[in-house]
Amino acid sequence: MASFEKDGLKNVFIVALGVCLVCSVVVSGIAVALKPQQQLNKALDQKQNILRAAGMLPGDSLVAEDGRGVDELFSEFEVRVVDLETGEFLDDIDADTFDPVKAAKKPDLSIPLSGEQDIATLRRRENASLVYIKRVEGEIDKLVLPVRGYGLWGTLFGYLALDSDLQTISGLGFYQHKETPGLGGEVDNPRWKALWPGVQLYDADNQPNVQLVKTRSAAGSASAAYEVDALSGATFTTRGVQNLVNFWTGDLGFGPFIARLKAQA
Amino acid sequence: MSQPKEVLIDPIFNNNPIALQVLGICSALAVTISMSQTLVMCAAVIFVCTMSNLAVSLIRNRIPTNIRIIVQMTIIASLVIVVDEVLKAVAYDISKSLSVFVGLIITNCIVMGRAEAFAMQNGPFLSALDGFGNALGYSVILVGVALFREPLGAGTFMGYEIMPTVNNGGWYVSNGMMLLSPSAFFLIGLFIWAIRAWKKDQVEEAEYEIAPNLQYREAM
Repeated sequence: MASFEKDGLKNVFIVALGVCLVCSVVVSGIAVALKPQQQLNKALDQKQNILRAAGMLPGDSLVAEDGRGVDELFSEFEVRVVDLETGEFLDDIDADTFDPVKAAKKPDLSIPLSGEQDIATLRRRENASLVYIKRVEGEIDKLVLPVRGYGLWGTLFGYLALDSDLQTISGLGFYQHKETPGLGGEVDNPRWKALWPGVQLYDADNQPNVQLVKTRSAAGSASAAYEVDALSGATFTTRGVQNLVNFWTGDLGFGPFIARLKAQA
Repeated sequence: MSQPKEVLIDPIFNNNPIALQVLGICSALAVTISMSQTLVMCAAVIFVCTMSNLAVSLIRNRIPTNIRIIVQMTIIASLVIVVDEVLKAVAYDISKSLSVFVGLIITNCIVMGRAEAFAMQNGPFLSALDGFGNALGYSVILVGVALFREPLGAGTFMGYEIMPTVNNGGWYVSNGMMLLSPSAFFLIGLFIWAIRAWKKDQVEEAEYEIAPNLQYREAM
């Protein structure tokens, strides 16, 4: 075989081009071939998180106690886009593709928050967000809201579920956070999450007033219904969770939407 | 010069990439918090290291010297993306927590080091064995670290509870430090100590000798 110049300019270009071509074909081939499965996984994961927050899917299992799967359970929910300013449904945005977190990063789809308003440290809030509503015979049975806010190390992303009276919390769960394992990471502890169902949301002035406290008020007192145990050793995470719940159910969050639903009922 | 068997077995204990060469420590700290994550990470590294060594070795006579590192990086990076995409499709839950570290396999010194040091000089069969063996050596240490970190830190093994922790109403007070990265340093240090106590030829010669302290005499 005729010897070629290995370090010659010609060979450098041939090898560089060849390697790039082969590699890009392999990478794009795999990416395209696996895309449907990946999207399916992502959608399934999101459905699970919503169902877990609503208390309809126990622990790590993929089926409810009555044996129904994730897709079947989730089919009871209707997904709607809501204008956070007015609290009205928006039908011109496709709920399947709309991503509130991405929208919050775009200047034309979000508003900046001033320091005082921004208790959950979001900087910008999207103009529209998603809600998941489960109705039984036309009446609202559960309402699940996407919530997020800053803890100690990063933003916690989760879902807050409300009962049919839109006043009682039926569950809170986070699907993504960066809190310290064993301290703030205990937001994932099932025993702590079990404290949330039944907590009252709006006080007499119709403002969200959930409190995460070190010492609970005496049982039966007016404030006890709004309280959840704080997490030991996780002051910042606890404060973050309290703020994000109160922010997203307040006037700047889903407050107007919830008020509208209550007025209709 | 090298026999296939030696090439495969040597990196596991005699020339372990983590314990002797102290490479690839970063991912050893990050992913050993749970056993299932560790096993997936090891499988990923084994695949990438074997395939990259094989690919680099196949074209080693054509790779121009002055762009060889970039060519190796391109091959390794492509393989890593393939692994990441496959994980997202078949093991979504694990990929969520592992995705960042899978991406960092590109910068794992072991993969790059074997491609440059071994695959550039040896045939495809030996190179693939070498990649596999080194990734196996990496895996042995990682699995060893995870074997301690997960049960001691969280009271679980492969996600199943073996020692009920106090937080979940059991009796085991979990060692929170085991969940943080420094504990992996300690464990790897202990492993290196153990291996060098067993295989004395791995002990490095001291670079200097500490002079005896004579000050107390002067003080008298």
